[in-house]
Formats: sequence, C-alpha cells, structure tokens
Amino acid sequence: MAESENIVAETAEKIFADLADAQTINHDKKGAWKAPLWQALTEAGLPLSWVPDDLGGSGASLAEGFSVLNVAGRHAIAVPLAETMLAGWLLTQGKIASPEGEMTIVPASPKDRVTLNADGSLTGRARGVPFAKDAKHFAVLASGKDGISIALVDAAKCRIESGIGLGGDHNDTVTLDKVQPVTTKPAPKGFDQTTLMLMGGVVRSLQIAGALEAMLDISVRYSNERVAFEKKISKFQAVQHNLARLAGENAAALAAATSAADTIVNAKSLDNDAVFLEAAAAKIRCSEAAENGSGIAHQVHGAIGFTIEHILHRYSLRALAWRDDFGSESHWAVELGKLVADRGADELWPLVASR
Amino acid sequence: MTAALRFDPIRLPEKCEQLRKEVRAFLAEEIAAGTFDPHAPNREDNDAPEFSRRVGAKGWLGMTWPKKYGGQERSFLERYVVTEEMRVANAPTRRFFVADRQSGPVLLKYAPEHIKMDILPRICRGEVCFAIGMSEPNSGSDLFAAKTRATKTDGGYLVNGTKIWTSSAHIADYMIAIFRTSAPTKENRRHGLTQFLVKMKQPGIQVNPIGQITGQFEFNEVVFTDYFVPDDHVLGEVDGAWKQATSELAYERSGPERFLETYYVLTELVRAVGKNPDTRSAEGIGRLVAQVHTMRRMSVSVAGMLQAGKEPVVEASIVKDIGTVWEQQLPHRVRDLAAFVEETATNRETLEKQLDFAIKTAPKLTIQGGTTEVLRGIIARGLGLR
Repeated sequence: MAESENIVAETAEKIFADLADAQTINHDKKGAWKAPLWQALTEAGLPLSWVPDDLGGSGASLAEGFSVLNVAGRHAIAVPLAETMLAGWLLTQGKIASPEGEMTIVPASPKDRVTLNADGSLTGRARGVPFAKDAKHFAVLASGKDGISIALVDAAKCRIESGIGLGGDHNDTVTLDKVQPVTTKPAPKGFDQTTLMLMGGVVRSLQIAGALEAMLDISVRYSNERVAFEKKISKFQAVQHNLARLAGENAAALAAATSAADTIVNAKSLDNDAVFLEAAAAKIRCSEAAENGSGIAHQVHGAIGFTIEHILHRYSLRALAWRDDFGSESHWAVELGKLVADRGADELWPLVASR
Repeated sequence: MTAALRFDPIRLPEKCEQLRKEVRAFLAEEIAAGTFDPHAPNREDNDAPEFSRRVGAKGWLGMTWPKKYGGQERSFLERYVVTEEMRVANAPTRRFFVADRQSGPVLLKYAPEHIKMDILPRICRGEVCFAIGMSEPNSGSDLFAAKTRATKTDGGYLVNGTKIWTSSAHIADYMIAIFRTSAPTKENRRHGLTQFLVKMKQPGIQVNPIGQITGQFEFNEVVFTDYFVPDDHVLGEVDGAWKQATSELAYERSGPERFLETYYVLTELVRAVGKNPDTRSAEGIGRLVAQVHTMRRMSVSVAGMLQAGKEPVVEASIVKDIGTVWEQQLPHRVRDLAAFVEETATNRETLEKQLDFAIKTAPKLTIQGGTTEVLRGIIARGLGLR
C-alpha cells in the first residue's frame, strides 16, 4: 500500500506528514505535538471512521478504515487513533452512539474478562489496555447471565494503574469495580470476545505491516548514505541480503494483514472459519515479521539505531509491542492449531485453499 | 518511500472452485486406480506417461495458451488451482510440469509458427517432456559464463559442450537450452548467448544420469558432440538470449510449487497429533498453518497481478525466496513437533518415512531454478541497492 488507496487514507497521510513528522516528534520531549494532531484527526472524522453518521461518526467504510490503520502504522502514530476506531466499531456493533474524544477497548487481551452484574454494573480487571490513561471513555465487552453485552463506560469511574508499554505508549491496567456504564446493549448474535480479539488482531497486523514498511524505507535510505570501508554499506552483499530479507518480512506482513482485512470487509458474519483463519494467521505472521524485521532494521543501522535520538525505535519497538495486544502470536497459534487438529488432517488443505 | 511492495488481496474467482472440484475428483480416481500413492512423494520410478496423457485430455496442460495451439485460453488463476491441487496430492507431474510452466510459454513467444503448431498441441496432450539446459560444469548461477558452443554451419549450428544438473533429461523429448554463439563483448558480458530448441534422443547427445542424495536419479549430465540444430530451432534473437528472460520468470518463481514441495509432512503431522493436541503441538501447527496460508496469499496475489498484466518482478522473487526457505525448514519444524507424537499414532511410520525423504529433499529447494543468493540480489536491485 505504498500509495494511498482512497481519499480517507490520503487525508490521514497528509495529517501525519504535517503534524506527526517522526523526527520532530522524537525531539519533542513534552509531547506538544499530540493535541494539534488529535484535533486535526478529529476534525477529519478519522477516530470515528467506523461509526455511522447516526451514531456520531463519519461513516467511512471498513476498507477505508483499514487503510487508515496501515498508514498510521507507517507513521507509528502515538495517539489512540487505532484504539478509538476500534472502540467506535465495537460500540456500533451494540448500536451505541460514540462520544467525542479518545477511547480504548476493555478488555484488550483474550485472558481478561469483564462481567455484567445483575444490577447492571460492570466488574473486572483488564491488563495491557493501550492508551487507557489517555482515554475519556472505554468501549467494554462484558459477559453476564443473558449473554454478551457491549457497554460505554466513563473512564473516570474506573481505577487505572498506569504503565508504559514496550513502544513507549500508555499500556495500563483497568479495574472496574461495580462501575455503572453510560449505556449497555446486548451484543449481536454470535459476537463474543473472540470476535473482538480477532478484529483487534487485524488492526494491529495492519499497523505492524505499516511499521515494517517504514523500517524498510529508512533502512534502505540509511544504507545508501552510510559509508564504511570506503563504500556505501548498501554495496555490501551481506547488507543487501539482510535488506532483501527485511523486504520479505514486510511483504509477508502486508499480504497477511491486507488479506485478513479484505476478508472482514467481505464477510457476511465474523463468526466463521474464514475470518478466524485469516485474522489469527495475520496476527501470528505479522508478529513474527515484527521480530524478524525489526532485528534486521537495527542490524543495518548499527549503534545509531540504538540511540533515543534516532527515529528507528519509534517503529521497531511499537511493532514489537503490538504483538502483545488482543492476543499474542503464541495465543493465536494455539487456537489455530486446535482448530486445525479438530477438523483433522484431510481438512487442512481445503481450509487453506478456501482462501 | 523507496520500497513500494504490493500484495493486493486477490481471491481466486468463483469459476476456479468448480475446476478445483473437478481436479480433486480426477486425482481421487487416479489414486483409487493405483496410479500414484499420495503419501509417497518419492516414487522415482513413476514417470507416469499415461497419467500425463490423461491430464492433457482433461485440458489442464497449456490451459492458458491459444486454442489454435491446443490450449484452452483459460486464466493463470485457473492454472494456479490445477497446479496447487496436483502438488498437494503428490501427483506425478514430472513429465509435463516443465513444459507446461516454462518451455511452452518460451516457444509461444519465440518459436516459428510451424514449430509451435507441431509441438504445443503435443504438450497440451501430455505427450512430450521438456528439460531446461542452463547450468554447465563451470557455470550455475552465473548463467552468462556458459561455454557450450553452437557454431554456425550450413543450415544450422553444431553444438559441442556439456550441460549439467539437467532435470528429466533422461526422459525428455526436448530441451530448451542456451548455447554460446559469440564471445561476450567488453561492454556487455551477457552478449553472445542464444536460446535453442533441442530435440533429444538424437545422435550427438549423450545423457548420463547423476545420483542425488535422495537416492533418486532425477538430474543428468548432457554431453553434446557435433550435435546439429537446424536454423529454425533458434528461439529469439541470436546472441540476445539475455534480453528474453523478462516477465515470464515471474511465473516460474512464484507458483505453488515454490512453497508446497514438502507440505505433505504438515498434513501427516496433523494426522499423527490427532484431535486433542497438547499446547506445544497446537502452537507449532498453528504457526506453520499461519505461515503456509500467508505464503499462499502472497503467491496468489502475484498470480493475480500477472494475470492483470502487471510485472511484479520483486514480489515474485520475494515469494520464491521466503517460500523455498519455508518449505526447506518445514520438515525440520515438523520433526521437532513429531518428537512427542504418541507411539501409538497409526501413521507414525508414514510420517517418519516422509520426514526422511523431505529432509533429504530440503537442501535442493533453495538452489534449483535460481538460488536464494541470486533472488536476494534481484530483490536488492529492486530496492535500489545495486
């Protein structure tokens, strides 16, 4: 996705280029860039891309939203754009109107659960919630005696233990202790926490693919500038082959993530094997690519890439951090392996070939 | 951005699924009739000439070619389905695969009309086997170091020299080979090679089989001694073979055969593990399935872009690079996981035999048809590094 696919992604690209230049951000220790960036994104309707007009959003298509996320990954955006988009999408599944401002999703891991109590309040603990500290509202998925519900919760009513994730962004623990939500609605039939985690996994996969594209780009540029042993390091075969492998990891991540996004865009329901295979595989393969690719990008850069002054870490550490959100590659590999084993050896190829 | 990789999420069109059903039904019949054993990919004795003709009779050879040459004018995506189903079933495709994938398209592009009319319909009927004469004892990846000489004579050329590692030369009816017709120039070391159609089983050609570490005799040394090639067997421009290796190479690099060569061990592992895998087996299988799915999505994407007339040269090279490395590592990863398979698994012996063969096969996968090193060089050029 080198060139933007649509007007929405083009708008995002322009905003990031103007207000989220990696070099500028990296030198701005106080985070003065954050407010103008968020304001511009909000004015363009991007955080609520996946929320229809009548629920307070800008009503972009799923496909347009996915391409925004790929662009956001390319810029390693450190504001809760992806999280607010996903929260808006979740609220929309429950036909709940989205409020203004930053949001995130609770829970953000397949291991954590939130319970809907008989009195309508919510109880539970969610670890590793991205940008919880920056969010004004949470979109919550909860299970109760009548099934799965979706709720809008005021962040101020929850206890937030602040943490910083691998990528340098807020990654917090959210505790709901009989919190009364703003609104609660039943989730659509077949929608459960696995559905939410799969969708979150595809979001992160697209971001990882974008970050890898940026890492490839800056690594290729650096290798064409840096001179060692009296020639550009890009002329050494060992460096060329490392960069070719980085391109391969970028390619695999891009293919897996865009294929999964395309599957969701065209799915009649998210509760089927095609969505499961595509989304789980994307999260697994993109996470592997994050590890393999960021390792190469750092190797090409040498010591300079290990400094806080250099922008490489903005992409490499975020790509690595995104592996953990909405189920790690280990989690999804076990789930996918179980599905494959349960269907049996002779159904494996038909499953793969069905995509 | 320096890199603009594209992997559009292309899906096989609906009509491919009907075709897939037909191919699966055909293969099931062949298996039932004992033509081949899908669990035994190593049947070196099985050239299956009759199977080749039956595949041809189905219209599945040269299926993208013009009808007047025996083709079906179907899409590359339809051919993709036939290829992947044959590969996964371990069908004996050796006799026709090279002609269908590679030699036929070269003839279509460069052979004179009367030769096209003679040979292409026979490829489509599954009657002829092709080999590719590229490597020589002192030139492999460095194609342009080839020394086998074709010297102009009355009405044609006399060929002297040796080709080596030539797969299927012992059963082939034809070879498409490059020979030296002139010396390279100072400005262009690639100049001076010409592509020829060579009729095998003629005086002046000696084929010597070479044993492989798998125990098979799949490749050969082919010695030419004053072998005569008529003028009309020149394919393309004399001295200009280097100009002719363009986009068709992308088809050759990115097909299903570039990541499914050892796939059978994964299927057999899933069978051995059974319905309730432990966490380790489940995770191992899950990762491998995610990887093969991703490879296939990349490969289909390149096929779709080629069908649409694009030339994704770098993308195709990436597919072959990471696909062949993956299929090379696969038997070792399956072996890791198989260490904990229950002794009582009914297919244990089959899995062990397959692993033995796949591990022996593995080293060639990143060498044949363009080494990993050559591919990474092509990718690096695409990235602007060379």
